[in-house]
Amino acid sequence: MTAYLLRRLLGLVPVLVGVTLLIFFLTRVIPGDPATAMLGQRAAPNLVQRLRTDLGLDRPLFLNLPKARETGVWTDVLDSQYFSYMSGLLRLDLGRSIYTLIPIAESIRHRFAATFELTLAAMAFAVAVGLPAGVLAATRRGTVADTAIMLLALSGVSFPVFWLAIIMIYVFSVTLGWLPPSGRLSIGMSVDQVTGMYVLDSLLRGRLDVAIDAARHLVMPALALGTIPLAIVVRMTRSAMLDVLGQDYVRTARSKGLSERRVVRVHALRNALLPVVTVIGLSFGSLLSGALLTETVFSWPGIGRWVYDAIAARDYPVIQGGVLFVAVMFAVVNLLVDMTYALIDPRIQYS
Amino acid sequence: MSDVPAAVTVAPSVRGRSLAADAFRRFFKHPTGLVGLFIVGFFVVISLLAPVLKPYDAARDRDLRARLAPPSAERWFGADELGRDQFTRVWHGGRISLRVGLLAVAFAAVTGTVLGLASGYVGGWLDTFIVWLMDIVLAFPGVLLAIVIVATLGPNLTNALIAIAVTQVPLYTRIVRSVVLSVRETEFVQAAKALGSNSLGVVFKHVLPNSLSPLIVQLTLSIGTAILDVAALGFLGLGAQPPQPEWGLMIRDGFTQFLRAPWMSIFPGIAIFLSVVGFNLLGDAIRDVLDPRLRDA
Repeated sequence: MTAYLLRRLLGLVPVLVGVTLLIFFLTRVIPGDPATAMLGQRAAPNLVQRLRTDLGLDRPLFLNLPKARETGVWTDVLDSQYFSYMSGLLRLDLGRSIYTLIPIAESIRHRFAATFELTLAAMAFAVAVGLPAGVLAATRRGTVADTAIMLLALSGVSFPVFWLAIIMIYVFSVTLGWLPPSGRLSIGMSVDQVTGMYVLDSLLRGRLDVAIDAARHLVMPALALGTIPLAIVVRMTRSAMLDVLGQDYVRTARSKGLSERRVVRVHALRNALLPVVTVIGLSFGSLLSGALLTETVFSWPGIGRWVYDAIAARDYPVIQGGVLFVAVMFAVVNLLVDMTYALIDPRIQYS
Repeated sequence: MSDVPAAVTVAPSVRGRSLAADAFRRFFKHPTGLVGLFIVGFFVVISLLAPVLKPYDAARDRDLRARLAPPSAERWFGADELGRDQFTRVWHGGRISLRVGLLAVAFAAVTGTVLGLASGYVGGWLDTFIVWLMDIVLAFPGVLLAIVIVATLGPNLTNALIAIAVTQVPLYTRIVRSVVLSVRETEFVQAAKALGSNSLGVVFKHVLPNSLSPLIVQLTLSIGTAILDVAALGFLGLGAQPPQPEWGLMIRDGFTQFLRAPWMSIFPGIAIFLSVVGFNLLGDAIRDVLDPRLRDA
């Protein structure tokens, strides 16, 4: 197991290095340089040049051969833009926003809690509704209920998330007035932050009123974000259940005279859960990219909204840092899913 | 006894077309697949007919008297803040979404197939390199890489198309590579090689036909994804630019007005939903038909 873990971790390294290379390359291709962007188009050329030197933008992109040749010290080859970016990354220094000058690592720390709360709520919704729906569809295979559930699941992956979000705001906030349309808390409310997840934090502080307010803000973004994973969970649960229900041990359980309920819940569902758990973990990625759209519509102050604002403002260090963070999270979660899978199912060889 | 000669005489003609004919026969018994085919056909036909039946020039379209007019018998889908008829725009938007969706997927499929063939067939360092590249692309969830690419290249429809195509290349590379790896060791390919067929001949005769059905299924399902991605980029302001009647961009415009004119966002959204459902139904049905083992997957 340890060897397997190490091998998987090592396998991650070249991919993550590739990701940094790609992001670095893409952000350096962008027309205009960060110094001009920071100082504005009409800044004096000598100021721009000084800032370029300060930021190290006058160095070569990958290998600083001129300097190494000049000084004769071969390690000076690494005095390039990419390697100083990488050494910053290793110290968790992602640079600063061009506009606010806030360190990017700090913004990520603040904003990730908001995204994490939203993602958890969306996943909880997807599992709470998707699992029973999938089981129902499988046990009533070929009936109207099955067809209806499968058609709804298909619709779930066919909606543009941002459109669904807008329609929800229109129905539940504008027309019915049941739920707040945006943000995480009503004006005048505040949370003593512990984890950064408002519902949890306010419960920890014993503020039920604040918790309810935060939960009301959370409902619509979570439902909108949860639709795609919901559809995936339904489809996966149904197909895994159908697979298991056809197995010999289920026939044995039935022939022993067990109630259908017991057969489904104990004998079938337990065994069907494995692929479902995997797919739940893997749809974390679709949640992270979906969060960008959902958070944009609901003004949810998470990573997605932050990256979106950075794109609109051409704040490249933020785009770079935010996207890199999401890619790393995605890789780590996928690794964890594989590990859990290997832990749950002893049949899997760690090779 | 009399069965044997009959089987011998019938066998060649049945074998020659059994897979395709069988697939077609099964497809036409597939209710949801037919619904999908109908929806996709509908969108294709109206998109092709749009310039004939209702010529449209987005750059000149404005009618301030009809500003934010609600849906009516005259304007089925209402009008936007420039008084532009939303029905015409949604109709012509289909041309953009279908074209970009098809082109992006075609580009991804061709690039992915070539990379997959090279990777599986040449092997060695080239295989390692291509798999590494694909893993990098797959490290970005969903539309995220497309967003970064467009933010770099500059926001417009062509760059959105390129970006979406890039994110889809690994899907095809993986399919083709795995088919090459499994086919390469089979006896009929070994035999073909032993008989002196060159590599290219083996690829075209044996590898591509074996990759065909997973590729077709992936193609159909990817068009739906591509349409959703184009709309997402448009909605974020990173795809089509005003005044193009692109569905995602129309929803973006509608979002700023949705207290006064909800129809501006509702109808383009329904159009996206229907076209994507169409391609998904069609793709699921083709998968069922081409590979009955996967029917309940």
